[in-house]
Amino acid sequence: MNVAVRLRGLDKRFARVHALRGVDLDIAEGEFFALLGPNGAGKTTLISILAGLTRATGGSAEVMGHDVVADYRDARRALGVVPQELVYDPFFTVRETLRLQSGYFGLRRNDDWIDELLANLGLTDKAETYTRQLSGGMKRRVLVAQALVHRPPVIVLDEPTAGVDVELRQSLWAFIRRLNRDGHTIMLTTHYLEEAENLCERVAMLKEGRVIALDRTENLLRSGGERRLSLELEPARLPEALLPRLIGREGERFVLELPDFGELEHILSVLRAAGIAVRDLHHGQADLEEVFLRLMRGTPETRR
Amino acid sequence: MSVGFRTLLYKEILRFMKVLVQTVGAPVLTALLYLLIFSHVLEEHVQVYPGVSYTAFLMPGLIMMSLLQNAFANSSSSLIQSKITGNIVFVLLPPISYLEFFLAYLFAALIRGFTVGLGVLLVGLFFADIEMRHPLWILAFALASGAVFACIGILAGIWANQYDNLAAVQNFLIMPLTFLSGVFYSIHSLPTFWQGVSHINPVFYMIDGFRYGFFGQGDVDPRLSLAVVTPFVVLLAVLTLRMLKSGYKLRH
Repeated sequence: MNVAVRLRGLDKRFARVHALRGVDLDIAEGEFFALLGPNGAGKTTLISILAGLTRATGGSAEVMGHDVVADYRDARRALGVVPQELVYDPFFTVRETLRLQSGYFGLRRNDDWIDELLANLGLTDKAETYTRQLSGGMKRRVLVAQALVHRPPVIVLDEPTAGVDVELRQSLWAFIRRLNRDGHTIMLTTHYLEEAENLCERVAMLKEGRVIALDRTENLLRSGGERRLSLELEPARLPEALLPRLIGREGERFVLELPDFGELEHILSVLRAAGIAVRDLHHGQADLEEVFLRLMRGTPETRR
Repeated sequence: MSVGFRTLLYKEILRFMKVLVQTVGAPVLTALLYLLIFSHVLEEHVQVYPGVSYTAFLMPGLIMMSLLQNAFANSSSSLIQSKITGNIVFVLLPPISYLEFFLAYLFAALIRGFTVGLGVLLVGLFFADIEMRHPLWILAFALASGAVFACIGILAGIWANQYDNLAAVQNFLIMPLTFLSGVFYSIHSLPTFWQGVSHINPVFYMIDGFRYGFFGQGDVDPRLSLAVVTPFVVLLAVLTLRMLKSGYKLRH
């Protein structure tokens, strides 16, 4: 498996902030990868270094095997970046913007692909509109199209759905998913942990410039804790045999830990034997948000 | 030259062409107003060079002043706008080298300066007979001087954090340099002290050499003027390239 993005000991100090503290990371070609972390964790700095917008103080970064400094032309050709800010150039129409962006990447005739991008992003009827006249969501779509004009194998999206309505969010993700199926490597940062959970195969969590968790999404979810079983019982009491499992009570409900789903049968049989009826049963699993919050509360270096 | 460079140059030209009234029309109008007022007031009273009317004398200075101010304005305002709106990333993300970046902004600034200069010349033809005895000197001074101000524009545009910073450069550097350079008069008509001050202003040599190209006469030898201006071109180009290469205020 080829490596699409490789970071080694990546370090960045600004005047007052130590934004990245030795980040090592490999993202395989074709992966759908999420970079999570609270504000100020270093996500945007990391992406900026990949894109050549920021220079690392130490370590190295490669895109598709090209060093982002020494071999910046090939590295940048391999990378499409959707910036976090809703930026646009008020002087140009959508089509002009995309043609210019193609030219910057050395592509002279790119209209077929531009038309395809416009169609896929629902921008066809806005092609001749000035970007300054577009709504926020439309501007975001133009940014996505701009990042893709040169068909980069690696696509980085920095908070792509911030401030975007539900409909656009879904169509945007459908499009990104398709790009991923076509073999593009996707790396995204998002505040919507649900999105990362649904979309991404692997997740890195960043805190204070360090990777504090890096694993497949399902492993992180499993590690994030105990699955739980919430029961409403009639009568409302718990047999002694089950007391060690008790995590807490929420009113009428007993919350039990259930590390292995196979033990459900055992719990139910104990209840049956004690003559206790189950009026309601709820099975929950920690979501990425819980894992995230737990890790962010913990000290760095706890899970490397 | 690469497609990336050509596209960036094209974009920079397209940018000012889209607002032509503001970027070319307005400065030509300003020059026209100077021309009307100064030639009306002074035509009967001043003759700087024998056989050259004051209005004709004024023309090369006005052309050069407009060229310089607009070369500066083009690169500086384009960069500050892109920085403030954030769309500078569109040209920082692609594989464009700092040299290509430099040349694109330089040439676009020169083209804007030349366009305005040409506009002023065309307007001036209605007011005076303008001869052009040495077109090569005219071209040489237009190019070299325009390049100096284009570079100052790039430097200022990158350095400035907001429009105020740029306005300060405009008001405290560009305007005094261009106004105190003999646009409207021959420095021989000045008191000795101010003659001395003018002689350390490089813009004086730009305008004097440029004017020599038109009339075949000037305050100093055009070769001396070119010898003064050329090092400034080199110095500013090197300075600008170094700044771009370092990524100062662009790639943090």
